[in-house]
Amino acid sequence: MKKSIRFVVALVMCFTLVAVFAFAGGKEDAGKPAEEQFITIHWAQWAPADFLQKLSDGFTADTGIKVIVEQTPWETFVQKYNTEMIARSDAWDIIVGDSQDIGNMAVNGHYVDLTDWIKEKGVDKTFTPASLMNFAEYPKGGKKYYAVPCEGDALAWAYRKDLFEDPMNMEAFKREYGYDLGIPESWDMMKDIAEFFHDPDNGFYGIAIYGDNGYDSLAMFAEQAIWVFGGELGDYSTYQVEGLLNSEGSVMGIEYYQELFKFTPPGFGDAFYVKSNDAFTAGIVPMACNYLAFFPALANEATNPYANDTGYFACPPQKGYDGKTRQFASLGGQGASVVTYSKKQDLAMQWLDWFIQKDTQMEWARLGGYTCHAEVLNSQEFLNATPFNPTFKVSMEIFKDWWACPEYDILLRTFSQYIADYVVGGEGTAQQALDKCAKEWTAIFDKAGYYD
Amino acid sequence: MAKNAHETPGVMLEKHYHGMKDKNLMRLFILPTLVLLIAINVFPLIWSLFLSFTDYSAKMVNVWGKNPAWIGSGNFADILSDPEMWEKFITTAKYVIMTVVGEMILGFGLALLLQLEYRGRGLITTLLVLPMTMSPVIVGLMWKLFYDPNWGMFNFLLGLGRIDWIQDPARNLYSIVIADIWMWTPFVMLLSLAGLGAVPKYLYEAAEIDRASWWFKFTRITLPMVSPILMLALIFRIIEAFKIFDLPMGITGRGAMAPPLLAMHLYNVSFVTWKTSYGSAIGYIMLIMVLAITLVLVKYLNRAKQ
Repeated sequence: MKKSIRFVVALVMCFTLVAVFAFAGGKEDAGKPAEEQFITIHWAQWAPADFLQKLSDGFTADTGIKVIVEQTPWETFVQKYNTEMIARSDAWDIIVGDSQDIGNMAVNGHYVDLTDWIKEKGVDKTFTPASLMNFAEYPKGGKKYYAVPCEGDALAWAYRKDLFEDPMNMEAFKREYGYDLGIPESWDMMKDIAEFFHDPDNGFYGIAIYGDNGYDSLAMFAEQAIWVFGGELGDYSTYQVEGLLNSEGSVMGIEYYQELFKFTPPGFGDAFYVKSNDAFTAGIVPMACNYLAFFPALANEATNPYANDTGYFACPPQKGYDGKTRQFASLGGQGASVVTYSKKQDLAMQWLDWFIQKDTQMEWARLGGYTCHAEVLNSQEFLNATPFNPTFKVSMEIFKDWWACPEYDILLRTFSQYIADYVVGGEGTAQQALDKCAKEWTAIFDKAGYYD
Repeated sequence: MAKNAHETPGVMLEKHYHGMKDKNLMRLFILPTLVLLIAINVFPLIWSLFLSFTDYSAKMVNVWGKNPAWIGSGNFADILSDPEMWEKFITTAKYVIMTVVGEMILGFGLALLLQLEYRGRGLITTLLVLPMTMSPVIVGLMWKLFYDPNWGMFNFLLGLGRIDWIQDPARNLYSIVIADIWMWTPFVMLLSLAGLGAVPKYLYEAAEIDRASWWFKFTRITLPMVSPILMLALIFRIIEAFKIFDLPMGITGRGAMAPPLLAMHLYNVSFVTWKTSYGSAIGYIMLIMVLAITLVLVKYLNRAKQ
C-alpha cells in the first residue's frame, strides 16, 4: 500500500513538473508590464511584409506595444495559416490573408466580424469601395466585413523602354505588323510584340508570364485572359458555371494564353513572381507580367541593371468574342483580419485602429506598401512616389478577383490542373479543358449545397 | 568481502527508492513516452482510419458539417476505380523500381571498389557519403538549380542544349530519379561496405587454394554472405522511395506538371484541397502496400540469413 502511494505521488509530481514547464511561458506573458506587450501578425514572405514591420515601429513608439510580423514563404503561406486556424491556434493575433480566402475564414469563424467597427470608424468611406468588397466583404454585397484592406495589388506589366524605343526595332516592327511599336494597347498587340522579339536562337524570348500552378499564379493569369475576351469564371451569385466557364469568350482567352506562353523562355512551366522578375532583370525578355508588389525590385538599380530603362503599364483592354472591349486585371493583395482565437484581440484592434489612419496609410505608401485609402491613393505624393504607382492606380480601377467562397481552393486546384495541361503541357484543346473544369466545378458547388 | 559488492544495480536502486519496485520505476520512466506515442502516433492512426470511411474536410466544418459523415468504403472504391489514381500508382512503381535498382547496383559497385586497397580510400568514402548527409529539401532545390534549362549546370556539362528537365512531363520523373540515386546511393554503399567487411577472409583464401575464378568467388561467397544486409538496404530504400515527397517538392514543386507520385498527390488532396477523409483513404492504401512489400522482403531476408 505504502509503495503504491509513493508511486502515485511520484507520478503526480512528474505531471506537475510537466505542467509547470508547459504553462511557465503563459504566466510570464500575463505578468509582463504594458511596455512589453506584443502582437503577432502573420503574412507571406515578401517585401511588403518587411515594410509592414517597419511601419509598425511607429505603432510601437506610440503605444509601447511591440509588433512582430511573422513571414511564411508564399508556397506554403495559405496552407500554414489554414492549418493553424483549423487547430484554433492563437499563434497570431492578425492574419494578412489572401483575398480569395476571406469566405473560408468568415464562414468557418476564424476571423472576427468587423462590420460594426468598420462602420463606426468610417473605413467604408475612407477606403476604396472595390478594395473593401474584395479584401474584406463576405458574401460579396452582403455588407459584412472581416478585414481591413491592407495591401492592394494586381497583375501589371514591366517593359524595356530602350528596346521598345529603339529606332531599328520600331522600323522592323512597323514593317512586319503595319503599326507602331509601343506600350501594348490590346492583348493582341502584346502577342505581336512578344512574337517580334522572340529569338530563342540568340537566347532572347518574347515575354515572361506565369506558368506555375502550385498555388494560384497560373489561374490568376488565365482568369484575366478569360475576362478580357468576354468569358467568365461563373456567376458569383448563383454559382452557375456551365455555359460561362466554357463559353466562347473563355475558350478564346485560354487559347490566347497558350499562344502567348509559346514566347516564354524555356522552363517557364513553373514560373511565378521570382522567375518572371529574374527573366526581366537577366535581360532575356522585353516585357514581364507580375504583381505590382514585386516591381520595387525592378525599379532598383542594385537588383535590375535595366532599372533606368524600365517602364510600367497596366493590363491593356481587348476586344472580346462579341466585339466588345473589356479591360481587367487579376486582383492580388490581402486584407488584415483579427483572429477569433487570439487572446490579445484588444491589442490587435488597437493596431487596426492605428493602421487605418490617413497618416499611417501615407507612411505605408511611402515605405512601398500599396494603400487602398482613397485619399492617399489619389494624392499627387503617392502617384509621384514610384515610377509604377500610376500603373497601380489604373490597376485598382480595373481589377477583378477569383471566387471567394470557402471552396475556392478546390476550384483553384481543378482549374490549374486542367488549364496547365493545355497551356503548358499542350494536351487537348481549350474547350476540352474548360468543359472538364465546368463539370467538376458544378459537382463541387452541388456538393456544397449552393444549388439547393 | 565488502557488503556492497554483493548488491546488483537493481538492488541498489530498490534501496535508494525505499522499496519502489524496479518494475514500477520502469513503468514510471516509460509512461511519458508511452503517452506521447499514443497521442502523436496511435491516436492519429486510428482516427485517420475512421476518417477514411467518412466524408469529411477538416477545413470545411461549418460548410460540410462538423461531424464526419459515414460513407463506408466509398473513398476506397472511388480511389481504386479512378484511372488517374492508377496512373499515380504506376508512376510511383516506376519511380521505386528505377531508383532502387540504380542505387543497389551503384551502391554495391562502389562498395566493391572501396574494398580494394589504395591511397585516399578513406577520403573518397567520406566524400561519397556527403550527399546522404544533406537535407532532402536542400538537395531538391539544389538539383532544381542544376536542371534549370536557361543557365543550369546539368545541360551545360552534358552538352544537351536547353532541355527542360523540370516541367516537361516526359522527363521530370527522370530528373527526380537522378537526384534520388545521387543522394541515396551512398546509403546502400555504406551498408554494403559493412556487409563486405564482415565476410570471413578464410573463405576467399580457401577458394584461392582451389583456384576459383573471380566470378566464382563473387557469386558463391561474396553475394550470399552480403545478401542479408543487401536485402535490408533494399527494404529501407523501397519504403523510402515509395513515400518520396521532399525531393519532388523541391525539384518540380507540387503543381500540375509535377510527376504524379502518390505522396505528392496525398499532400495536395489533404492540405491543398482539404479533402481530409479522401486523403486518409489514400494514406491507408499506401500503408497497406508498403506493409505488403515489406512483409515479402522480410520473408526473403529471413531466408537469406539462413
